[in-house]
Amino acid sequence: MAGHLTLLGNEALGLGSLHAGLSGVFGYPGTPSTEVFEFVQSQAEKMGVRAIWSANEKVGYEEALGMSYAGKRVIVTMKHVGLNVAADPFMNSSMTGVGGGFALCVADDPSMHSSQNEQDSRYFAEFARIPCFEPSNQQEAYDMMRDVFELSETMDVPVMVRMVTRLSHSRADIIPSEDILPQKPLATGHDIKKWVLLPPHARIRNMQLIEKQPELIRRSEQSRFNALTIQPGATLGVIATGIAVNYALEVLADYPDPVHFLKITQYPIPEGLIRKITDVSNTILVIEEGYPLVESRMNGLFGVSGKTIIGRLTGHLPRTGEMNVDHVRRSMGLSVPQTGVSIPDVPGRPPALCKGCPHADTFRALVDAVAAYPDNRMFSDIGCYTLGVYPPYQCGDVCVDMGASVSMAIGAAAAGVYPAISLIGDSTFIHSGMTPLIGAAKQNADITVIILDNSLVAMTGAQETMATGDRLVNIVASLGVDREHIALLNPLPKHHNENVEIITSELAYHGTSVIIPQRACIQGLKTKGN
Amino acid sequence: MKRDLILSGVGGQGILSISFLICHAALEHGLRFKQAEVHGMAQRGGAVQSHLRLSDTIIHSDLIPSGQAHLILSVEPLEVFRYLPYLRPDGIVITATEPFINIPNYPESATLDGWLNQLPRKILIDAKGIAQQIGNPRVANTVILGASAPTLGFEPGAFDTGLDVLFGKKGDKIVAVNREAVRAGYEVARGH
Ligand SMILES: Cc1ncc(C[n+]2csc(CCOP(=O)(O)OP(=O)(O)O)c2C)c(N)n1
Ligand code: SF4
Repeated sequence: MAGHLTLLGNEALGLGSLHAGLSGVFGYPGTPSTEVFEFVQSQAEKMGVRAIWSANEKVGYEEALGMSYAGKRVIVTMKHVGLNVAADPFMNSSMTGVGGGFALCVADDPSMHSSQNEQDSRYFAEFARIPCFEPSNQQEAYDMMRDVFELSETMDVPVMVRMVTRLSHSRADIIPSEDILPQKPLATGHDIKKWVLLPPHARIRNMQLIEKQPELIRRSEQSRFNALTIQPGATLGVIATGIAVNYALEVLADYPDPVHFLKITQYPIPEGLIRKITDVSNTILVIEEGYPLVESRMNGLFGVSGKTIIGRLTGHLPRTGEMNVDHVRRSMGLSVPQTGVSIPDVPGRPPALCKGCPHADTFRALVDAVAAYPDNRMFSDIGCYTLGVYPPYQCGDVCVDMGASVSMAIGAAAAGVYPAISLIGDSTFIHSGMTPLIGAAKQNADITVIILDNSLVAMTGAQETMATGDRLVNIVASLGVDREHIALLNPLPKHHNENVEIITSELAYHGTSVIIPQRACIQGLKTKGN
Repeated sequence: MKRDLILSGVGGQGILSISFLICHAALEHGLRFKQAEVHGMAQRGGAVQSHLRLSDTIIHSDLIPSGQAHLILSVEPLEVFRYLPYLRPDGIVITATEPFINIPNYPESATLDGWLNQLPRKILIDAKGIAQQIGNPRVANTVILGASAPTLGFEPGAFDTGLDVLFGKKGDKIVAVNREAVRAGYEVARGH
């Protein structure tokens, strides 16, 4: 169809930002958020926009805040757990406010398709007292960005755009706008009362943020992205948020009785609209992708007298996991269609390291080297190499969050664990492994850190890494690790015996040693070959 | 007109190109579509699927509800069964017969044949064999794509411009052999 574009939700968000006068994107990769950055990056040169990967999400957030300070519209992208890393600048930026429009694009992963948890970022927006937009489809992901930047500038707050896996990675046709906004000029002047968060300034900023709240709620209530439909004769009200709006609408089309319907895709929670639908309904079903945020706020501690509020908290919808049409049908008392055929017990097919993966050769050598130490503990980290915890390697007793492999090994070694081995990828090391290694080197903690240098960020789709090869070795040395105990490996089957020996001798050393296996990811080689 | 289909396979087998080509054809036919795909962890040799919905009216959910898919289109025979709950009772399964064995407990071939046989409506295609006959074993997925056309209500030519977009850079020969593969798959399916 003429004028239509086919885009992933993430790409639509990226294009919407570009068409809304964007000057730059910062971020750290993380499924399901990565394509927002990559889409802007693909258009960056043509549109005169900067696209800069950051060392981690905290750094990315601050870089973006710097661009906003300078008067430009900017987005920063990350996955939900990335916002934990960026929580410090995030919370404080709600105090400073912004210069040019500032959008935090954070992608949550309900059902944990590629993540350690399924935290709901809307709580973070509420915590920081900033607005949150939650597109329900690709077109909204595109359309919202203009409103996001405008709201950010007029209300002087950063704005969150919350995506979820299913929208991030679903493609549809969208119609882009015909007018493309120009970029903003560089800001002039100084305003230390706003930007320097010394206590006397911060107290004032805090009050100002509180005073903005009624206006933010009013704007949510009047937003074109929130809509209340009252149906004469209905006793059931349905409130749906974000992508759950789609599941609700699909089921409502089959529902025999009239239903009041409230769509929420802009926060703070539009209190007035919720009051209206509650007034006219006996029962209110709340359908959310994520935690029961709206549902629990409506119920408060004591519920609403005379009204029945149902959803994830009452068991009408599952307490965890991704929402879908089947769940909504059941919650509304409709049957779920079944297939006619009997379904065999299909064996699982979990992800695994690629054939020829460099990590696999490192694990084989490590397994042989630790055979002498049945009490060894391996602190793994986040990346392709996490898959090494499964047979046949079983390299990894722990995996919590990026960088924890090094810090937890330090703590365990202090408790008496020996040998305490960290397994960490090159990108994860730059993200959060360097800082604990400085402390380890300073106290000469008895740990062996294996930095798996495959020369790129493999798990998230082969982005460029910040440091590989000699640069990485030099960084490790500069953190204070003795060069005598920085050992390099070439993880190939033909070097197996040699690699086992090197690992064995570093495990025997009672101090901080770093082993760096260096071989490029084979998928990365293929991509570059194309 | 509404068509819901699940595309299935194993990470790295290239099902995303098939969904791209179907979406491209859908747009050219003036249809709306939504296509949910899998990125990240599972792409490392795990089970991957794509939900694809085509319609001449608005589509709400990105995911296909249980028991509503008209078609399961698979590039690997075992993967069909993972998504069977989505198939509507009168739905059809179209799958390549060549197994992709990267797990120790992959079913015996007799077991898998038994499962395939009990499917009421199915088209089993030796896509690799057909691709080899055409002269390029890498177009097996395109044979499967072609086989979906009758169910989706497309002529084999419907994928031509999409193939240009996808393979144009690789040269006319690659585009031509893919067009041939679409037609070969179409012919197999049309007979059913
Ligand atoms: C805080 C945080 N940010 C981002 C991610 C997403 N993520 C998972 S693995 C990974 C990169 C891993 O790269 P590297 O350490 O080089 O290992 P490789 O996959 O290349 O083996 C990222 C960015 C995450 N899980 N947590
Ligand atoms: S993508 Fe690269 S690092 Fe990841 S498993 Fe495959 S070869 Fe190994």
